[in-house]
This record gives sequence, structure tokens and C-alpha cells, in this order.
Amino acid sequence: MKKNGTYSRGTSLMRDALRRFVRNRLSVTGCIVLLFIITLCLAAPLLTPYTYDYQNLSSGATPPGAQHLLGTDILGRDLFTRILYGGRVSFAVGLCATLVSVLIGVAWGAIAGWYGGKTDTIMMRFVDIAYAFPFTIFVIILMVFFERSLLLLFIAIGAVEWLTMARIVRGQVMALRHQEFVDAAIGLGLRQHQILLRHILPNIIGPVIVYATLTIPAIMLLEAFLSYLGLGVQPPSSSWGILIREGTESMETYPWLLIFPAVVLSLTLFSLNFIGDGLRDALDPRSSRE
Amino acid sequence: MKYFCIFYMTAAAIILLAISSCKNQRRDTIVSLGTKNGVLYFGNQTEPEDLDPHIVTGVPEFHILQSLFEGLVTPDPRDLHPLPGAAHSWDISEDNLVYTFHLRSEATWSNGEMVKASDFVFSFQRILSPRLGSEYAYMLYCIDNAEKYHKGALKDFARVGARAKDDTTLIIRLGSPTPYFMSLIMHDSWYPVHPPTILKFGNIDSRGTRWTRPENFTGNGAFKLADWQINKIINVVKRADYWDAQNVKLNGINFYPIENNQTEERMFRNDELHVTTNLPLQKIDWYKNNAPHLLHIDPYLGTYYYICNINRPPLNNKKLRKALALAIDRKSLTDDILKGGQIPAGSFTPPNTAGYLFDPVVTFDTIEARKILSETGFKSGDSLPPISVLYNTSESHHIIAQAIQQMWKRYLGINVTLVNQEWKVYLASKTKKEYDIARMGWIGDYNDPNSFLDLWLTGGGNNNTGWSSPTYDSLVKQASKSADQVERFRLFSQAESIFLDELPAIPIYFYTNVYLLKPSVKGWYSNILNMHNYKHLYLE
Amino acid sequence: MVRFILKRIFFETIPSLIVIATITFFLIRLAPGGPFSTEKSISPEVLTQLNAFYGLDKHLFTQYLTYMARIITFDFGPSFKYPGRTVTELIAESFPVSLELGVYALCIAIVSGILAGLIAASKPSSLRDYLTMSISMGGICIPTFVMGPLLVLLFSLILGWFPVSGWNTFSNRILPSITLGMVYIAYIARLTRGGLLDTMVQDYIRTARAKGLPERLILIRHALRGALLPVLSFLGPAAAGLITGSFVVETIFSIPGLGRFFVAAAFNRDYTMIMGTVVFYAFIMISFNTIVDVLTALVNPRLRSSLR
Repeated sequence: MKKNGTYSRGTSLMRDALRRFVRNRLSVTGCIVLLFIITLCLAAPLLTPYTYDYQNLSSGATPPGAQHLLGTDILGRDLFTRILYGGRVSFAVGLCATLVSVLIGVAWGAIAGWYGGKTDTIMMRFVDIAYAFPFTIFVIILMVFFERSLLLLFIAIGAVEWLTMARIVRGQVMALRHQEFVDAAIGLGLRQHQILLRHILPNIIGPVIVYATLTIPAIMLLEAFLSYLGLGVQPPSSSWGILIREGTESMETYPWLLIFPAVVLSLTLFSLNFIGDGLRDALDPRSSRE
Repeated sequence: MKYFCIFYMTAAAIILLAISSCKNQRRDTIVSLGTKNGVLYFGNQTEPEDLDPHIVTGVPEFHILQSLFEGLVTPDPRDLHPLPGAAHSWDISEDNLVYTFHLRSEATWSNGEMVKASDFVFSFQRILSPRLGSEYAYMLYCIDNAEKYHKGALKDFARVGARAKDDTTLIIRLGSPTPYFMSLIMHDSWYPVHPPTILKFGNIDSRGTRWTRPENFTGNGAFKLADWQINKIINVVKRADYWDAQNVKLNGINFYPIENNQTEERMFRNDELHVTTNLPLQKIDWYKNNAPHLLHIDPYLGTYYYICNINRPPLNNKKLRKALALAIDRKSLTDDILKGGQIPAGSFTPPNTAGYLFDPVVTFDTIEARKILSETGFKSGDSLPPISVLYNTSESHHIIAQAIQQMWKRYLGINVTLVNQEWKVYLASKTKKEYDIARMGWIGDYNDPNSFLDLWLTGGGNNNTGWSSPTYDSLVKQASKSADQVERFRLFSQAESIFLDELPAIPIYFYTNVYLLKPSVKGWYSNILNMHNYKHLYLE
Repeated sequence: MVRFILKRIFFETIPSLIVIATITFFLIRLAPGGPFSTEKSISPEVLTQLNAFYGLDKHLFTQYLTYMARIITFDFGPSFKYPGRTVTELIAESFPVSLELGVYALCIAIVSGILAGLIAASKPSSLRDYLTMSISMGGICIPTFVMGPLLVLLFSLILGWFPVSGWNTFSNRILPSITLGMVYIAYIARLTRGGLLDTMVQDYIRTARAKGLPERLILIRHALRGALLPVLSFLGPAAAGLITGSFVVETIFSIPGLGRFFVAAAFNRDYTMIMGTVVFYAFIMISFNTIVDVLTALVNPRLRSSLR
């Protein structure tokens, strides 16, 4: 163990946070549910005798039953299997793209908000411009110049989703910059980036986590639109977003095609939000003062 | 805690009230009001691009134009044979080259002026003007010298074979006999426009002028344009001064641009529409089982098929194409997935196109398919270069593509990948021949095999396969010039046999029109062009 | 503040708009397919004529200069898809509809969102908190394209209270406004709750508590102000998006709004319409962000200096 003071203080902070997080029953439940769903998705081949593209045209859409746990879609494919395999894509896209958007958004917003003035103006006007650019065209053009791939999908989603995050973070940082503890830190002669990393970022973790957990489902659904444009998942593979979109079309005739994917997505979303709340409470530097 | 309880209890009370209150005693529904007032509520898919018959190309536009204009002849709603329209009679010369139309002297424009033969000549000149850029100008190419004028080779319109002898006599001279001429002229590109109105807002060849606005619009149909709110409604009302007004029973039609066909179906169910343009395939079963009297399935003059890129290996291999074609279980596609009464396509031209019949030759035969595949030199499906199937993202294309993908895998061991593209990207890939296999659909412009078979002429604008056969070309060209129907059909059959042997395109199914119609709409007949002359409709 | 706004308009908004217009103008030409590509291919002669008519045959840079000169006078040119209409006319006709819908949705979202946030934050980690937050999350769990049809099914087809679609009477406005507003309720509620929890531990709140003010009063009068900061940052772009229309909601309810054009113009490669909608949307959005920046400063006295 290092003797460095900051380091050991840091670990105890983390340990504190972990302790607080574990004490929060709801977020632990959220973690368990989420892990359960992820495990199911990863273990898909062991859990189902069908493949995601095995069709039985003559049977068509059948309601949930003994043979097909959650029923089949109009091509006679097992819905349970398709949800599990689709989950892999949705998780990968949802989590990775959110991470990308959080990293870019927080960095961009924090720098703009902290330095202010011309830097802020230029950076925020860039955000405005990126906001206004027609997303559909952007995606279509992306696909002209690059091979369609998962990476391209992350870029496309990352390119839009960090914008609001940047605005939120910038607003927060601007507000914090004028607080006493920042003045104190400046007075103590700390470097700017140190203040930003040590003092400002921990204080904006709340809105960041809240917004990030809300971004994940939005991204999972956005992915469905992108595959409509030809980017992302190609049939016969699927994702939760696509399953829900297709389920909507037959929601009155074959309701199970909508209900099950929607329930799984909602479960995931709730778990993520409870985990987010737990994290927020656990990481909030001020809550330790209580 | 108190406030919190009150808040949630109020919310719960509202929801309970909502659920417990039985279905409201509805007053008149929109449709029943329409039926009472003689107004037809028409679900019309999309906002029309314009209402200029010489500019527009789409089916929704055509639905509206049919009410606003009247051609020389109008189709009989039952079998589409020509009925008198703006012309009360016509003569055809011995050599089938000169058509003389006798116009009604009582036919008027919506501003009261008489519809003259010279108006038709003006209209033909307008659509053929190169600068107008009309996409359907080729529909008039049968007129002598029309193609030359349209392509700019001929500047003097007087040399084009359309002439007004007097106010009521229109003489059209053809370049060569065109046996389907009378069905050709029912197309909206042949509708007349009112010359003074056109010239008031621009030149004869000005595009997109304001003449189609309700306040400026002049037409010669049974209805006139009363209101046009973009993406909301187009309302046409009966014209009292129309020559046949006493036989027009509808007082008006409301066209609604409903892009989402799920919305359209819900509107129909809620009695907000008399008729829809289509029905989502997920709902067909429900209507079949619960409300068959509302569901209409009409044969339609169109073919759904996959084109193969003949220039690219491995699909340059004729046997491979044949094997692929034989391994598609078309009946399963139409019966298990589409469910809309579509007919498995064993040939390219839809059966009974103007009486033309061709015995289906492309069947579903896995044994034969495997045998032919083994003759290709590719030992198993695995040794094939990768093949992709291109389709545009909409409707049922992805479902069909996935089913076919599975069939080829199951019956031939061939793995193909699916590539979906946004509409315009897909069109560009197709034109640039950047595909292996691509889905296509073709709807006939007029009721004649020629509308399907001239597609595959060498270098044809819509022949994106790269396929070319001189014998085929000469057979089709010979047939289109021949005046004898039996002879023509024999030539067409020969051409089609060549085509189906080479299979540059794999036919899959023949379209049907699946839509919903209220029983209160009377005088509605099914026909393969889905043309319903509103003049003959009435509501009860 | 007036100086701040003027500065914002002349030195930031206008240059941003020019940059957006320029980038969009050149990038849309890179997308495959043009405005005139259709299922039945057009003959080369017709295509040449069409390109000549719309000036698409000129050098791209010439086209750009002509176009930029034109939009200074707010003339966005004729639409390619709807040849009889100008872009300005299409926007003028459909924007009021989207604006009205957006304002209703925004009201629903802000009022219910902030209310839900307050209820939840008034007693964190209680049943009340979880229940309120879970309900408010409905709008995110159930995407718009599912929520719309569900509401229609229940309230129009089963209960018969509202029409299925259209935009004629007030009863047409209710379901789409709720559908559109629902999405934002969750964001606003969660950001409000989070913001409140953050501010409740601040020193000035302790001071207020120490003074013996009732908890409810502290929450509404003191904490809410500071808590709304992230909500405001979120609302800038969100409100701009709301009032310029939603493609999904407008299509589901068949509403003649502007939102449909955003996506449709891109799909149709209607170059002039894309340019018109993009510039228009950018203008609205930048204006809203300016308003938000002013409001942020007003809410937070420490930020007033940034208005200079």
C-alpha cells in the first residue's frame, strides 16, 4: 500500500461509497435483476433449444405455451430466444453508447462551463450546430463512407446523445464555479484541472447519473431506428428496440409480441434507474457529511 | 402524507371512472354523417405532391385526380373497358393508326367554359414539352412524332400527330398500331388541362405554378377542388354544371393523407373513414375471422420479384438463378405470411392481363432445385461466393426476405446475407448495379402485357439486371407493333418463355389490393387497376 | 442583459446559422440518391430538364452562393417533393400546429414532472418516492410509438372519448399532447428529484431549517430554485424539439405538423426542404438555449455576471 495521503483517502471514500451502496436495498435488488437478465442473455444457447432464426412458417404467430415459452412471431420464430439474443445487442449498444456519450458529454460540458468566455461560446455553439444537423442524413452519409459495423453504430449514437449531457454538465459546472469551496481551492493554489477533477466532477455526479440512466433506454430504442436506416442490427438478428417496434404493429392481434419485449426493457430500465439512484447517493461527497 | 394520499386517490378515481364508464352512447359517427350527407371519407395514404396531372406520378395523386378530371374515355368500373368520357364516341381508321374522337359539346370546365378539342392538343403539347420534365410523358409516345418532340429532336408541335379539326373533333395519329391505345388513354397523363388557367400562372411548360391551388384550380371532372390543407385534407365537391351531373350521386369526397396504415385502420374502425388504401398484414387475419364483410381483397396488376445482377458472379450463372428460383416456397409466403390472397408467381406477367395467360413455369421443387444446383459446379452451398439480398426498409419486405433467406438455407444450403437500405439509397444501389439480388415490384401502367414485358428490353431504364437478349427484344417489339391480338399474345408468350428460362428476375408473387370498405359504399367494384370512378359511387 | 442578448444574436446566433446552413448544404449532397430518383427510373432527358429547372446542373459552389443569397431574404425556394409549394409556405402552414401541440405537451411535462419530483423528494427512499418515480418513468419505458396506439386503443376505440386522429377540435389535441408530454415527464421528474436532493444538503437550506421554516416551504421556496438548474439545461433543447414537432406522434395521430417534414424531407432528399427545416430548427433551438442561459442566470444569482 502506498503511503501517499491522497491515495489512501481515496480508497476509503470508495469503500464508504460501496458500503452505502450495499446498504441501499433497492439498488442491490436492481443489480441482481440486471445481472440476472444479462446472464440469461449470455447463456441463451443453453436455455433454449431454438436458434434465433429458426422459422416455422406454417405455424405462424402462436401465443405463449409449453412449446414456446413466450410464443412465436409471424415467421414462427421463438420469441424467448429472440429476446435473449436481442438483449445481447441491446445491452452492448445501450451500455457502450451511453458510456461514450457520458465521457464526451461530461468532458465537453465541464471544460466549457469551467473556462467560460470564448471557450464556452465556441464549444456550446458547436453543440448547437451538432444538434441542428439532420440526424437521418448524418447516418445515411456515415453508411456511405464506412462499412456498417457495431462501431459505426456507437459513433452514430454517441454523436447525438452526448449533446444534452454536455449542456447539463456545463450548467452545473458554471453554477459550482462560483461556490466558496472552489474559491477556497483556487486560493490554496490548486491547478485548474485538479479542481475540475477532484472538486467539481464529484459534485455533478448526481445529474450525470440520473441523465445517463435515462439515456440507456432511449439509446436502445434509437438503435431500432438506425437499423431501419440500415445501420446496426440486420435481420434475422434482432434487438429489443426492433422487437418492440415490430411488436407494436401487431399489438392487437398478437399482443405477446409487444408485451414481453416491453416488459424486459422496462425491468432493465427500472433496475438501471435504481442502481443509478443508489450510485448517486453513494458517490455524493456531501452525503458523507450527514 | 395526507397530500400524497389525496393525489393518488384522485388519480385512481379518474382511472376507475374511465374504465367503469361504459362505452359512450355515440351520437352520429363521422362516417354515418358522411353517408347521410353524401360525402365519402377516403383514406389516401400520403399527401399528394401536386394536383397537376402532367407532373404527378403516385397512386394517391391519381385517386384525387380521378375526381377532378375526365379523360377522353373513362374506365368501366367493372372490367375497365372504355366508356365515353369527354368524348361521346370515337372512330378508328382501317390501319389502326388514326383515332378520331368526337367530344361532347355540353362538357365544360369548372369555370363554365366548354372543353374543346384544342384543349386536349394543348395538354398533349404541355406534357410533351421537354422543359416541363414530366416523368410520365412516355405514356404519349405512341402518338406520331411525340417522342421526337419530347426529346427535343423536333421543335414544331404541328408535326406531332394530335390535331383539333374543330371544337369537338380531336384527331390522334399514331406512329404505329397500338392495340392497347384505348386503355393507355385512361391514364392520368392523358387528362386535359385548361389552357387559359395554365397560361395565367406561367408558360405552357412551367413547373409548380400556383394553378393547382383551390382558388385557381380548373378541371373538367365531376368534382371540383374546394379545399386543400397540406397533410390534413383535400376536399372535392360535386360540380352542378358537370355534363352528367344528374348521374353523380356523391356530394363530395374528403381525401385524408394518412401515412401510417395502422392509424388508417384505427380510423376506419372508429368510423372515421369509408375506405382505406391498405391494411397492415398483421390485421388481415382478424378481419378474416371477425369482419369479413369489411375486408376486400382484389387482384392487382403487379408483380413482386427479386432481380439478379447478371454481371456479377455467382449470379451470372443461369443454373444458380434457376436453383434459387425453384427453392422458394411461394405458396407458404403468400398463405402463411402475407395472407392477403396474393398469388404465387410462376411467371412474370400477372395472369389475365388484358386476357393474356401464361402457364406458370417457375414452381417450388426442392429436388429439381438441388439437382440443378449440383450441375452449377458449386459442390455445396458453402463453396459459393457470398451473396447478399438487398431490400428497402418498409412494409413486408424484411419479412419476405427473412423467409426466403431461410428457405435457401434449408433447401439448398446457401447462406445469403440480408442488406436493408433506406429507400433512396436502395434505389441508387440498384441503378448503379451495386447488389447481388434485390427486391423489386412492378405495377402495370396500363392493362396490357407490354407494360410488363417491355421492362426487360436491352438497356431499358428499369432493367437493372444487366440482362439482354436480342431475340427477346425483337419479339417484344414485334408484339407491340402488331394489331392482331392472338398474334401479339403468341409473341409475348415466346418472349416470356425466354425470360423465364434465363431468369434474370425471380418472380415471387402477384400483388393484391387489400383494403377495408364500409358496406354503406355502393357501386364499388373490384378491378385490377384499382380504379374506382367516383361518378358511379353512392352512399346508403 | 439586453447587451448580452444582442451580443448573442449578432455574434453567435447568426454565425452559427451560417455554419449550420453551409455544412448541411454540402453534406446532404453526399447522401446517395437525389430528389428525383423514383421507383420507375426517369429517362435521362427528363432528369436533365429537372436538374436544369431547379438549377442543380450548375456547379455546387455556385448553387451554394445562390442559395445563401436567397435565404437572407427568408426565401428557402420551392420544395422538390411538392413542386407547387415553397419551403417557407410549408413551414408557415405546419409550424403553428406543431407549436400548439408542443406547448401543450411541454405544459403537461413540466407541471407533472416537477410535481412528481417534489412529491418524491419530499420523502426520499419512501414508498411515496418509489411509486411516484416509477409512474413517471412510464413515459420512457413505453416508447412514444407504443404509447400513442395504446392511448388511442383505450380512449378512442374502447371508451370512445376522443377521435383516433386529425387536428380539428380540442378533443383532437388531448391524446397527442399526453403521448408527447409523457416522454419528458420522466426526465423532468428525475432531474428535479435529483436536483432537490442535491440542494437539500446545501448550507442555505440548513440555515432555513434552523430558522424553523416548515419543510414544505423550504422545498418549494428555497430548494426548488437551485434544483431546477439541470432541468433548465435539459429543457432548452427539449423544448425546441417539442415545439418543432415530433415525427412519430404526428404520424400516429395524422397531425399536419412540421415534425413530419424533418424526417420526410431527409428521406425524400428534398434538398431545399431539408435546408429550410434545419435552419429553422437551429434558429429555434439557439433561441431557446439563449433563453435558458438567461433563466439559469436569473435563478442562480451567482451566475448573473455571465450575462454581461
